[in-house]
Amino acid sequence: MNFMASKQPENSLLGPEADSQRTLYPYVTGTSVVALKYKDGILMAADMGGSYGSTLRYKSVERIKPIGKHSLLGASGEISDFQEILRYLDELILYDNMWDDGNSLGPKEVHNYLTRVMYNRRNKFNPLWNSLVLGGVKNGQKYLGTVSMIGVNFEDNHVATGFGNHLARPILRQEWHENLSYEDGVRLLEKCMRVLLYRDRSAINKLQIAKITEEGTTISQPYSLKTYWEFSAFANPAQGAVGTW
Amino acid sequence: MSKSVIEVPPKGGFSFDLCKRNEMLANKGVNPPSFRKTGTTIVGLIFQDGVILGADTRATEGPIVCDKNCEKIHYMAPNIYCCGAGTAADTEAVTDMVSSQLQLHRYHTGRESRVVTALTLLKRHLFNYQGYVSAALVLGGVDVTGPHLHTIYPHGSTDTLPFATMGSGSLAAMAVFESKYKEGLTRNEGIELVTEAICSGIFNDLGSGSNVDVCVITKGGKEYLRNHLQPNPRTYTSSKGYSFPKKTEVLLTKIIPLKEKVEIIEGGDAMEE
Repeated sequence: MNFMASKQPENSLLGPEADSQRTLYPYVTGTSVVALKYKDGILMAADMGGSYGSTLRYKSVERIKPIGKHSLLGASGEISDFQEILRYLDELILYDNMWDDGNSLGPKEVHNYLTRVMYNRRNKFNPLWNSLVLGGVKNGQKYLGTVSMIGVNFEDNHVATGFGNHLARPILRQEWHENLSYEDGVRLLEKCMRVLLYRDRSAINKLQIAKITEEGTTISQPYSLKTYWEFSAFANPAQGAVGTW
Repeated sequence: MSKSVIEVPPKGGFSFDLCKRNEMLANKGVNPPSFRKTGTTIVGLIFQDGVILGADTRATEGPIVCDKNCEKIHYMAPNIYCCGAGTAADTEAVTDMVSSQLQLHRYHTGRESRVVTALTLLKRHLFNYQGYVSAALVLGGVDVTGPHLHTIYPHGSTDTLPFATMGSGSLAAMAVFESKYKEGLTRNEGIELVTEAICSGIFNDLGSGSNVDVCVITKGGKEYLRNHLQPNPRTYTSSKGYSFPKKTEVLLTKIIPLKEKVEIIEGGDAMEE
């Protein structure tokens, strides 16, 4: 105990914990998650990249996971904190199952639990560095909500994290409508993911789309989007004046 | 003979003498006040016959909208227009200055101005001031070599693009362009796409708002559609109109003459010490 006390900085109010225990900045991060409500449930899309600063370190990170019977969780931000959250939720679902009372935690309950966890961690200045998207269907009721690392939470018909807020939400605000069919929903999500692929430097062309309905969850196999680079103006930008840039 | 060094201030331009001192202060935690950004969505796109430029019309001073209907598409030459984002004074001054330079150049050469000329004049000026002239521009025009569209950043770098967006609403507008742009757009399709992109900026970005301005430039000439779309009309207006009395209303008139209390001393030496 003695050597621990001598290592403390004088102005620390944390006691023996010291600053090395707190999250100061993220290391391995995932980029945006985009999700929307459609006729039968929720559609969620995220790419599979895990960046280590400016390096693309991991290319098969599954950032969407099913939670219990009724929910899907998508996360952007620090991957290790996402894995920690999955462990917390695992414990939560396990305890719920142990009751064996025929009732199971729905998306609204899981969302509330996550909000409390995120907010309380931020109050202790030790946040879980994630922006989460929680979607699900229970008893015919569709639910789609989001929680940020500081505990801001709300539910909406379409949500996005990170860069998705700036690039995908304008498209969703214009083109989303009630009772989208599955094909239309996927087309709309792919449109958003394509724009993100063009304009977000941490996005990669390998994504998964997850679907949750009353019947259950499906997370697609990873696939890539078709991109177009053949605009003639990109081919020869110095056409008008040779030597310009 | 004593050596006297006369300190002559540099002719024009910024003096970077205080940079070291500012850096030292910043390290100690004393930061300079930041510049006010105007918050804008400006776009440009190349269509079949020329260039279409678009802009919103909101000018902000921090959190306040100071001008609900300002003009962000500036005239450079009869065939060249420039949208400006960033500090309003900087965009106005720099486009005015280059516009005059272009006119003098036209008199000198006897030819129509080229877009690359405006581009070079602007980027040389902005690079010279190392990013302190906070002007981010979308320059478009049609000259003898064809239609051109360029973006110019405050530090002086430029890009040549088929479609471009700048300003705080640039991501919202770019989302629309990236999903809907294709080559060989007709005039009406182009105007519709530009309007949609600016509307995306107006409704999704807090720094942009009010109306949509569009400018179409082709080989034949230009068409400046001021307030092409007004998607933010006043919500509640009185049908009877608003008429206020022309001067302050007179409620009561009461005149009380003051009694004279001053005694006038005739022929006195009042001012003698």
